[in-house]
Amino acid sequence: MTSPGNSAILQQTAALYRRRRLVDRLMTGVMVVAVIVAVVPLFFILFYLLKEGIPGLSLDLFTQEPNRPGKEGGGVHNALVGSGIMVGLALLIGVPIAVGTGIFLSEYGQNRAGSFIRFFIEVMAGIPSITIGLFVYSLIVANQSGLLPVMGHFTAFAGALALAILLVPIVARITEEMLLLVPRSLREASYALGAPRWRTVLRIVLPTALPGIITGIMLGLSRIAGEAAALLFTALGNQFFSTDINAPMDSIPRRIYVYALGPYDYWHEQAWAMSLILVATILIISLVVRALFGSRVTVRS
Amino acid sequence: MTETQTTPSTMQVPPPPVVRAALGATVPVAKEAPPITIELRDVSAFYGKKLAVSGVSMSIRAHSVTALIGPSGCGKSTLIRTINRMHEFAPGARVEGSIIVDGVNIYGPGIDPARVRQRIGMVFQKPNPFPTMSIADNVAAGLRFMGIRSKSELRDRVESALKRAALWDEVKNDLKKPGIAISGGQQQRLCIARAIAVEPDIVLMDEPCSALDPIATLKIEDLMRELARDYTIVTVTHNMQQAARVSDQTAFMLMDPGDLAGHLVEYGPTSDIFTNPKDSRTEDYISGRFG
Repeated sequence: MTSPGNSAILQQTAALYRRRRLVDRLMTGVMVVAVIVAVVPLFFILFYLLKEGIPGLSLDLFTQEPNRPGKEGGGVHNALVGSGIMVGLALLIGVPIAVGTGIFLSEYGQNRAGSFIRFFIEVMAGIPSITIGLFVYSLIVANQSGLLPVMGHFTAFAGALALAILLVPIVARITEEMLLLVPRSLREASYALGAPRWRTVLRIVLPTALPGIITGIMLGLSRIAGEAAALLFTALGNQFFSTDINAPMDSIPRRIYVYALGPYDYWHEQAWAMSLILVATILIISLVVRALFGSRVTVRS
Repeated sequence: MTETQTTPSTMQVPPPPVVRAALGATVPVAKEAPPITIELRDVSAFYGKKLAVSGVSMSIRAHSVTALIGPSGCGKSTLIRTINRMHEFAPGARVEGSIIVDGVNIYGPGIDPARVRQRIGMVFQKPNPFPTMSIADNVAAGLRFMGIRSKSELRDRVESALKRAALWDEVKNDLKKPGIAISGGQQQRLCIARAIAVEPDIVLMDEPCSALDPIATLKIEDLMRELARDYTIVTVTHNMQQAARVSDQTAFMLMDPGDLAGHLVEYGPTSDIFTNPKDSRTEDYISGRFG
């Protein structure tokens, strides 16, 4: 059935279609540009990191302690071990608190108290790391009460505590979100089997959300592993190798900061090498964790 | 109706077990122990201030299939959820009235809802196996909640539950596979196996076939008939033919336009409801005039 009115409509639709296609292409183009703008700096950073970092890599860097300033060679063994200890201790302190908070918020926090805590955590996530460092400085380092043996001086413990405080809001929020993603039907299935609430959370909800929670912990780990400001006046730094958490301890980010601003070329080279090590380590840990737990992410329907 | 053996897949309405026993069928009815019935007394269910189900009273016979039918929004899913105290998980939800199971009011003081749910299992609309668990662990989940740790006992009970759920032959070589790696119909039978592994007295099924294809549906329906020998089954269904095929008793529910809450319109033997309804609204619904 074709009538003059019908063909007019057809023409109109054709014009409309052309316009839509044009707008579609335009918008796609805008987004491609946005992606390029976002990704190019990332590639530059990685490229620079490899270019400047690889020449500084040597076995000595991993096994030797720093030489006295100005004497070429030496390594950053103490900073590597120090970062490892403090980040590990921060995870040990922070992850149980953060995951516990996340569980509380998702399972018992759908009320006014929960909203208050949620808001508080969001504010906490926005506090600058230097402020957290300052807080821990006054709480632990400058505290002369002698209440705890770690108080009253710069310690690795204070550094780890500052990192843990940075970690908690990140991991707590992601934990809550991941737990809320677990379908209601799974909780109901568990309740219908006669499981009490806490068992349902521990045996059903938590395992189902585990891959997501681990991703959150990884995100928190990479955030604190590169943290320098919070460590400046808590763990202070150390020229020598130390594993004593009750004494000042060195860390990679702080040493990068010192070396990058220092006057010697070999310091600059080592600073780049340390940056490369930092990024590579986080990347490797992420890949290993993903290989261990990632298969279960895809299982989630 | 003169047949002695009912085939659940036919359109014929099966007579209730008592009748079948009288006709010489091999359906076991009420041995020594008195059959457990569910007695609903003036049950009303609320979501916050909103009344969803109003004043339902009915007694549900042991070792039979009772179907709740009615159009969307008539409160049949809400009602079935009051029977194992699942209703109260919705925010602000509460129940008035009493439900007597085995002589005990499950809404009485000092009753632990978790214990109630151990004795009254539930199968849901969408198959919901635990995604982090294997087929065997899914079936064992309820047993583990009950504190059973013995590996041999778990293995035996998993096997027996899967056999009773007519799934054993299909999965016996894949027990370690994830519970969600099987088809939808198999997943639903896995959920049935999970529910009956804890040996409940009653199994509630909330539209167990609505997410399944016709062949899988038929398998579940056969299974429901089969399970009615050992369990009291209450099922919600949208599908009137299904109610006619599987149930011994049918309850027809409807939303009252006045208070917008679900009421029980008529309840009786399935054959009566479908062939000789007393209420004109039941007849209108059965004959497809609405719903």
